[in-house]
Amino acid sequence: MTEQQTAEEMRPETIPDQGEGSVLESQKGFWRKIKSAVQIILTSKTATVGFLLVFFWVGVAVLAPALTPYTPTEQDWMHPNEGPSAKHILGTDELGRDLWTRIIYGARVVLVYLPVSEHVTIPGGTAIWSVFVALVVGSILGLISGYIGGWPDEIIMRLLDAMISIPVLLLYLLIVAALGASAVNVVIALAIMGIPGIARLVRSLTLDIRTRDYIKAAETRGESKLHIMFVEIMPNAKGPVIIDAMLRVGYAIFAMGTLGFLGMGIPPPSPDWGSMVAKGREFILQGHPWASLWPALAIATLVVGLNLMADGLREEMTRYQ
Amino acid sequence: MNDTQSGPPLLEVKDLSIAYKTRKGRVLAVEGLNFQVSSGETLGLVGESGCGKSTVAFAIVGFLGQNGRIPKGHIYFDGDEIVGKPQRELNKIRGDRISVVYQDPMAALNPVVPVGKQLAEVLTAHRSISNHEAWDRCVQMLKKVHMPDAEQVMSRYSFQLSGGQQQRVVIAMAMLNSPALLIMDEPTTALDVTVEAAVLDLVEELKEEYNTGILFITHNLGVVARVSDKMCVMYAGIGVEQGSAHDIFKNPVHPYTQGLIRCVPKLGRNKEDSVLYPIPGRVPDPAERENEICIFSERCDYAQPECRQGRPKYAEIEPAHTVRCFRARDIYKNRVSHEEIKKKPELKDEEEQVEKLLNVENLKVYYEQESKSLASFFGMEKKQFVKAVDDISVNVRKGRTLGVVGESGCGKSTMVKGLIGLEEITDGQARFLNFDLDKPITKRERTVIQEMQMVFQNPDATLNPSYTIGQQIARPIKLFKTVPKKQIRDEVVRLLESVRLNETYFDRYPRQLSGGEKQRVGIARALASRPDLVICDEPVSALDVSVQAAVLNLLLEIQKRFSTSLIFIAHDLSVVRFFSDDVVIMYLGQIMEMGPVEAIYDPPYHPYTEALLSAVPIPDPDADQGHIRLSGNVPSALNPPEGCRFHTRCPRRHQLPDGGEICARERPPRRQLENGHFIQCHFSEEALRNMEELTEAHTAVGA
Repeated sequence: MTEQQTAEEMRPETIPDQGEGSVLESQKGFWRKIKSAVQIILTSKTATVGFLLVFFWVGVAVLAPALTPYTPTEQDWMHPNEGPSAKHILGTDELGRDLWTRIIYGARVVLVYLPVSEHVTIPGGTAIWSVFVALVVGSILGLISGYIGGWPDEIIMRLLDAMISIPVLLLYLLIVAALGASAVNVVIALAIMGIPGIARLVRSLTLDIRTRDYIKAAETRGESKLHIMFVEIMPNAKGPVIIDAMLRVGYAIFAMGTLGFLGMGIPPPSPDWGSMVAKGREFILQGHPWASLWPALAIATLVVGLNLMADGLREEMTRYQ
Repeated sequence: MNDTQSGPPLLEVKDLSIAYKTRKGRVLAVEGLNFQVSSGETLGLVGESGCGKSTVAFAIVGFLGQNGRIPKGHIYFDGDEIVGKPQRELNKIRGDRISVVYQDPMAALNPVVPVGKQLAEVLTAHRSISNHEAWDRCVQMLKKVHMPDAEQVMSRYSFQLSGGQQQRVVIAMAMLNSPALLIMDEPTTALDVTVEAAVLDLVEELKEEYNTGILFITHNLGVVARVSDKMCVMYAGIGVEQGSAHDIFKNPVHPYTQGLIRCVPKLGRNKEDSVLYPIPGRVPDPAERENEICIFSERCDYAQPECRQGRPKYAEIEPAHTVRCFRARDIYKNRVSHEEIKKKPELKDEEEQVEKLLNVENLKVYYEQESKSLASFFGMEKKQFVKAVDDISVNVRKGRTLGVVGESGCGKSTMVKGLIGLEEITDGQARFLNFDLDKPITKRERTVIQEMQMVFQNPDATLNPSYTIGQQIARPIKLFKTVPKKQIRDEVVRLLESVRLNETYFDRYPRQLSGGEKQRVGIARALASRPDLVICDEPVSALDVSVQAAVLNLLLEIQKRFSTSLIFIAHDLSVVRFFSDDVVIMYLGQIMEMGPVEAIYDPPYHPYTEALLSAVPIPDPDADQGHIRLSGNVPSALNPPEGCRFHTRCPRRHQLPDGGEICARERPPRRQLENGHFIQCHFSEEALRNMEELTEAHTAVGA
């Protein structure tokens, strides 16, 4: 009777294909995951709009060298402070540099590569790296705080409280002023500021997940605390954490813009959206708004895109549950 | 279906179909349902989860939501058509003429508004009535539902009340406007048996007093048998059997009804003299139901090829007893309805010789109550302890099952947590194999951990959603190195097979499994380290009855095959009776009664055991269980009562020669009766022996 039951309980569509190589299978699994992620995004209108905006910026950033005949520092002395034209589709700045080129190369620094020093760059943009570092450190602190509890929790949370109590901008400026303005230092400043929020989020998720029976099951078979934190709890917290990280990339871009505007961002002449706005600001009243308008729009669309995507995804994911 | 009363019935549901718009398209959740409820009558709507019972209730009050539609059929309330009525008119009826009581009282009450204000609002919303008058009527109503100090309760918040009290408030709220129809959707599922019994009594009482018609939705056949006059059994959105509760329990005809009745253990039966018959398979998903066949035929033992040719119609096999089955007449004709005679169980003497696996002596598990006062911060206040487990001595024998019973808050779970090392043992000794269980789990030796494993209650939380079934079962095998690395996959498959799942489950994720399957994987994972003792903390209480039977059978089979010892915690006394060799009855951290299972369920009883037995819902409307109800709640373990822990609620205490004063003063002696049967009570052995028997199982079982 029970055997019959098992036979009937099987759902035919979920039986994995047998007999294929494991490599092939894992590849298939990867594409299936991508496919299902795209499907989730496409079911929500909000997420789709956000995804298109973000996809646009990532696309132009990756393909930047192919999308423009100029380099971001090339100066066209004949045409400074011009509006859009056939030669310069978005116009030029006060030194005659092509604004479109500077914008898309600016997107590269934000999203595609991080200049560590003059000659060394690593893949992954400044905003991405800052969130990633904050994510790693914040998650570890949050896991320890939430799972181990007791005095480690007290110490970590009070320290983070202290950090939150200082105005964000002031702390950015302090850190960058102390370390000096460079892309890496911007990453460090943004990462430090991202840690408290992520740690709190992971801690609250951990507090919930640790009460589940599968954590008790792991404890009753004598698993180590490290195993329980990183193998049992962390994978189950990843959904909300990924969505939060998406929002945080948006904040980070915003913060980079702010730092750049205040002259504390990535040092010139490398194209930085924030400093472009700051420079172009002087010429707005002279009738040349383009140099500050385009980078401001770039920041806005990218941040809004990330926010829409995160919101839409969150909605879809809660609906799934 | 012929109505004995004149005039239209209070509620008539006629050929009702309910559809939902989902991602899979339009899905029929309920199809062609008919029933009637008259005033002063209770109709029990029964079925497994996913059969559409609650959907019917939602349709009656017009709460189907954005995507719900009624494509066909009628609902007449007092002769008036409800289907298609505008919300504004429904609002006049809802809460006034029709009231609903839902499962979770905590969710039904607003935690930031005092109870009294919420109650009064029901009156002022529908009547022009002064606030003062409304308040008085509410107090009266609270008294009617036997709420102790009703006036005080009015100004309290819902979280300050216990579960049973909350449900009383919700029922009082529902009854305030003396509605003609009361819909109760699993009103007692979240409550303890003792509280459940009291709430069911209350429902009966109110029905008689106000002549209310009640639609009672539940999956628990015992509860239906206790409250219902008529019954409607639903399967996959279709009514399959209808009639008086008495007729249906006496002669269940539809194979589904029979299955539901046969898959719950009867109180007074055990694993030696009876078997549980699970219903194979599961309720088909509404999106996958085939229209032109008998929808139960896939799970039916009686199924014939003709059952797949069309939808059966209702057939009347007795007056007012209709069944939707092609084979109803055959089944009815061939029924073997016999009064089962209960044989007096023989107490076995050889029991003592079985080797003890776990020996617990004077076990105490206390939690320190954290005080926020300044004095305690400086260590000037006396520390307070929650005495969750206070002085327990118990043995588990090799290859046997120890059942642990008690209301919630009695320390059952804390006791096993102490044993397995998730809580620190405050005092006392526990010896397991040849080890002392005095250390928390992180400091225990591998072998101790390996030999003692646990099965958990909630099937949805027992498996980590991020890993496949195979990975999760393989983990303990790797950890304890029970087999060489290369054989791990084979071992996992072997374990899967031993819980009757096949190899295809290896790569699935928990979300692809049903509740029963998840629970089986949980059992396989516990068995992976090849333990001597498996602790099961309410392993079946969250499962449907039909699945419950399959899991219980599986545990029995595994115990036989691997001669594993089990500690089985449950609140369902019938299940414990069926499943265990020895039973411990716990109350407030102490053992009230303990002994071989045959001895526990017959007199002499501890008064607490007697009350529990009297409260168990038995699936037989004619069962005579006595009427012993406990008042109040389990007291706080922070300040447990002096003397006998149970004396504050003991219904028999006043029968003692001194009127029960000794109970409040002295801890009762541990009276040893024959065969390792202990009762901790001030009553003499003789007085305990003279108690009435409560578990006569004269249940008629068809087929």
